[in-house]
Amino acid sequence: MTSTGNILPIKPFVKLPPDAKPYIAGLVCNECKEVLLGGLRLACPKCGGRKGFAETRLAETGSLYNFTMVERSFPGVPTPFISVIVDLDGGGVLKGNLRNVQRAQVKFGMPVKVVFDDAGRTDKNNNSYVSYFFEPIDTESRT
Amino acid sequence: MSNVYVVGIDMIKFGRFPERTVENLGAEAALMALDDCGLSIRDMQALYCGNQGQAGALVGQRVLKEIGQTGIQVINVANACATGATAFRDAWISIKAGLYDIVLAVGVEQMGKGMLGGGPSDGISPEGILGSYSMPAVFAHMGMEHARKYGTTFEQFAKVSVKNHHHSTLNPKAMYQKETPLDEVMNSEMMAYPNTKLMCSVNVDGSAAAVLCSEKKAKELGLLQRAVCVRGSALQSDPYTTYNLAMMDFNAVTRLAAKNAYEMAGVGPEDINLIELHDCFATAELVHYENLGICQDGEAGRLIDSGATALGGKIPVNVSGGLLSKGHPLGATGIANIYEITTHLRGEAGKRQVNGARLGLTHVVGAGSACAVHILEKA
Repeated sequence: MTSTGNILPIKPFVKLPPDAKPYIAGLVCNECKEVLLGGLRLACPKCGGRKGFAETRLAETGSLYNFTMVERSFPGVPTPFISVIVDLDGGGVLKGNLRNVQRAQVKFGMPVKVVFDDAGRTDKNNNSYVSYFFEPIDTESRT
Repeated sequence: MSNVYVVGIDMIKFGRFPERTVENLGAEAALMALDDCGLSIRDMQALYCGNQGQAGALVGQRVLKEIGQTGIQVINVANACATGATAFRDAWISIKAGLYDIVLAVGVEQMGKGMLGGGPSDGISPEGILGSYSMPAVFAHMGMEHARKYGTTFEQFAKVSVKNHHHSTLNPKAMYQKETPLDEVMNSEMMAYPNTKLMCSVNVDGSAAAVLCSEKKAKELGLLQRAVCVRGSALQSDPYTTYNLAMMDFNAVTRLAAKNAYEMAGVGPEDINLIELHDCFATAELVHYENLGICQDGEAGRLIDSGATALGGKIPVNVSGGLLSKGHPLGATGIANIYEITTHLRGEAGKRQVNGARLGLTHVVGAGSACAVHILEKA
């Protein structure tokens, strides 16, 4: 008998509220105002401040800071894919895959959006995962 | 505080030794370093042993079971790719502190082939979903950051690999002694742009060891003749930068370690005659030229183009062949770099000798991140 498993977030800062859209949770340091990815934190890694954090939702748009075309990865991982680092509008930095784009169109600084989708893999307990992905904002650059 | 000297040092020829054990490899380098200064394990007051892969399994004690269980203090250290340099620095600290006069540092690793990491521990592997965490890609991102800022080209990164493979043809202890022309480097299998397979370091087994000694003891033993003085030692963790949220940092941590090591030594990058730096990927070497201050920010591409960092140039870098061709056994790398510099300062580097070398610098980074910089001077 196969168990159906649960639907889980791929990272703790990916939030899956019931009956609402997923989002990226952020934390803003109450002292230095640095924007961090959500998660368990006792103090701020930037300033060491212990006055806590304000919870926030990070923006779902940003610009491409960095990219590399990955042609070979660990055994069993499908390639190629585009590994990117994105500056989110309003603060926060995320690493992920850029998809639905032609290689020649990938440029530093290009505007991208965050989309949420099934990660495409299940774990040994048959749980499935929701991940975030990046896509170009300009619809004309789509394949 | 006493000056600290390296009085004995050596490394095994790096290679693949699946039939041997990690302690056997470590023991061989330990005996070679002891032989280099004509001493015995019975002369050593402590052992600092660096190993990453079996960090929980008391590798240092196992080394002593092969070369002599004298009952000395053993400290086992793991610090990713900075492991060997961390063991060396801990040995240095113990003499600086006045606790010991003469100690042994060993770095050893048994690696096997293939890419580091990749196995999912729990849940699913995020690789290829949340970008890439493979080392070729992590360091490709580091190179692309430089390309974004300064227009550094694929060809400039590839030249690092051509240079270091060329250097290794002069080093019998390197894993490979094989020229790799530019077109071969650029046309080898692409891993993560711009790093091709020939721009990735070689995973090998290896070991290296050093005997460190106080000034008083070195004089007493008559070992100052071939000794090399540790003028600067710095080990840092990564200070916060915003991109830490998504990228491992090797830049801020290197700049901090370099600054502290230069300050301790009372020298600047312009005083250094040769460098062994952490070329785990070709992209990294160029970025570290700037991190270590041997050129201005944005000038690294032009520096490799000029030939200044090749043997015979103004500031030769990775004359050993570097991690790219000598090989990169994680725990051994930091001490192997110090072996290379020491060999040049002693004037014993043969065909690859950097003539007139008086001051050399070693640099390693560990992913996650750690950075160690040592500055060594001919005694």
